[in-house]
Amino acid sequence: MNKFIGVDYYDTSGLLSEEEILVRDTVREFVSDEVIPVIERYCRESTFPMEIIPKLAELGLFGTSLPQKYGCAEMNSVVYGLVCQELERGDSGIRSFVSVQSSLVMYPIYTFGSEAQRQKWLPGLAKGEKIGCFGLTEPDFGSNPGGMITRAEKVDGGYVLNGAKMWITNGTIADVAVVWAKLDGKVAGFLVEKGFKGFAAPEMKGKHSLKASVTSELTFDNVFIPEENRLPEGNGLKSPLMCLNQARYGIAWGVVGSMMACYDSALNYSKSRIQFGKPIAAFQMTQEKLVYMLTEITKAQLLNLQLGRLKDSGKLRFQQVSMAKRNNCEKALEIARMSREVLGANGILDEYPVMRHAANLESVKTYEGTHEMHTLILGEDVTGIPAFE
Amino acid sequence: MNIGVCISHVPDTAAKIKIKEDLSQIDYTSVPFIINPYDEFAMEEAIRIKEKSGGTTYAISLGKDGVKESLRKALATGIDEAIHIKTELELDSSAVAKNLCDEIKSLNLELVFMGKQSVDFDSSATGQILSELLGFNCITNCVSFSLDGRNVRAEREIEGGREVLETTLPVIITAQKGLNEPRYASLKGIMAAKKKNIVEKNAAYTECKTKVIGFSLPKGKSAGKVLSADSDGVKELVRLLKEEAKVF
Ligand SMILES: Cc1cc2nc3c(=O)[nH]c(=O)nc-3n(C[C@H](O)[C@H](O)[C@H](O)COP(=O)(O)OP(=O)(O)OC[C@H]3O[C@@H](n4cnc5c(N)ncnc54)[C@H](O)[C@@H]3O)c2cc1C
Repeated sequence: MNKFIGVDYYDTSGLLSEEEILVRDTVREFVSDEVIPVIERYCRESTFPMEIIPKLAELGLFGTSLPQKYGCAEMNSVVYGLVCQELERGDSGIRSFVSVQSSLVMYPIYTFGSEAQRQKWLPGLAKGEKIGCFGLTEPDFGSNPGGMITRAEKVDGGYVLNGAKMWITNGTIADVAVVWAKLDGKVAGFLVEKGFKGFAAPEMKGKHSLKASVTSELTFDNVFIPEENRLPEGNGLKSPLMCLNQARYGIAWGVVGSMMACYDSALNYSKSRIQFGKPIAAFQMTQEKLVYMLTEITKAQLLNLQLGRLKDSGKLRFQQVSMAKRNNCEKALEIARMSREVLGANGILDEYPVMRHAANLESVKTYEGTHEMHTLILGEDVTGIPAFE
Repeated sequence: MNIGVCISHVPDTAAKIKIKEDLSQIDYTSVPFIINPYDEFAMEEAIRIKEKSGGTTYAISLGKDGVKESLRKALATGIDEAIHIKTELELDSSAVAKNLCDEIKSLNLELVFMGKQSVDFDSSATGQILSELLGFNCITNCVSFSLDGRNVRAEREIEGGREVLETTLPVIITAQKGLNEPRYASLKGIMAAKKKNIVEKNAAYTECKTKVIGFSLPKGKSAGKVLSADSDGVKELVRLLKEEAKVF
């Protein structure tokens, strides 16, 4: 296999620091060596490659922006973005694992948790010895999480939790679930530990997308949650939405990795596949596709980089994250499909990565706020008129 | 014990190499550079020994400012100190070895690892020249290494097998693929490396024993021939092997 040296038509590398480049190249090499050779097998078997978790931890890819005192690297948001991008070049499932662990579990424990909760969980999560999941979505409440029916009730020494969550990445393999539930009508966050009585996390089977990722239901049947497991600073729906904003940011970067994998595949294939006596790359319609892909990749890279710089300078607005998530997921899916066309029948085989990316990206376009919800967020931002209801 | 690692900063083997129009120089514009892959084995071995028995590891690299990228990566991977011997010139193996020799002497190193060759010019000579200049022992193409006190035991790859050798410090070891499984730099390592200083020196020797007269690219491969999958095809294949390829 040809070594992957990236897609960088506008020399965006020139806008990165030495450390940012080093992180990107290290994760890129790791993905080429450790993810790509095994990922198709896991997808066929619909299982997550558990043995990759300690390797991801050794590289320091969990909670990259959190403080060193919790065992994290304390690097900037551009680094987090680049990590997501490179991992998703391998597979969206691997990137999802890291997104959930970092943005949806470590971030809320750090941001809304007590010092004792941070000390208890963050070092183990950073080392990959503990796995986390994030439960917001419910069977009947997806785009409208505010309507959730999972409820917590105050009792002596803690709370009692009842309800169910669905579509929860890592649920079955998690040691700790960050669960959002209504307490006196207001959303609050709880750390539900594996083994708590009345808590179950069965895996959801039959996915055609994100096959190398565990997706689960979480059910709570009178689960007692001790007081010390409530996130003290998690108040209202705003708290889980803040987590989603972190994760969406990573997704906006991540899907550029899928785009690069698909483009690279299409470009190489088109130069070697001969029809009518010529490589198909010699036909104008193929060239148009390749140019379109490269242009969209380049635009997405620039969008992400500025998004990251805004985030690192504290000037980021969540609507700006919506724009990048919305645009990049849609373009990634388009590129995956286009790349599949360039590969013809070969495009559907798992010998090539494109169909896997195309299938994965269907989930990625939907989770962390659907394409439509991000449109409405931006629509409200530009018109001042919310159109959600 | 303190350990040295010599690192060269080379064009990525995946990159397409172009030659400048007058054929006198390689055109390096927009060619990505990496740590010479064999040097990664050298580096890993040094880090492992240090982790086991302590000491300081030194990475030494000679070349233009760009070599700092590879030195930074070495620091991020676990090397303790980095030294950049600066020169704008393309030096040959003997001039490189002379400069490295001075540095190794001044650091008082008795154990130095390096790649068996650099994948840019493939001379496979620097380690051997260096050991001669220093008066060190030298074992090349190592695929296994162990140290017990001052006794060194190493296995080298030879045609069709392995050769086991013993020697003593001081020694230069040149690394072959298989010596170990190099680790990746970690994000924490990258952060720590950012704070470290790369020591800079100017190359004292720039006189080469060989001079590059010019470069040429290999001829492009001609397109393959596809023969039919029937008995006519087989006959034609035999004819081509005999008359064109002259294999029998
Ligand atoms: C593989 C996978 C992993 C996931 N992991 C997690 C996880 O770890 N944790 C978690 O909490 N959730 C997770 N999710 C859930 C995900 O966030 C939800 O699927 C998503 O929010 C959409 O909800 P829904 O599927 O219920 O769709 P719905 O909300 O029912 O939407 C269906 C369609 O209607 C559209 N729609 C809805 N409302 C409007 C409106 N007002 N205007 C216009 N169109 C509208 C939507 O855009 C969509 O096209 C995951 C999902 C998947 C597929």
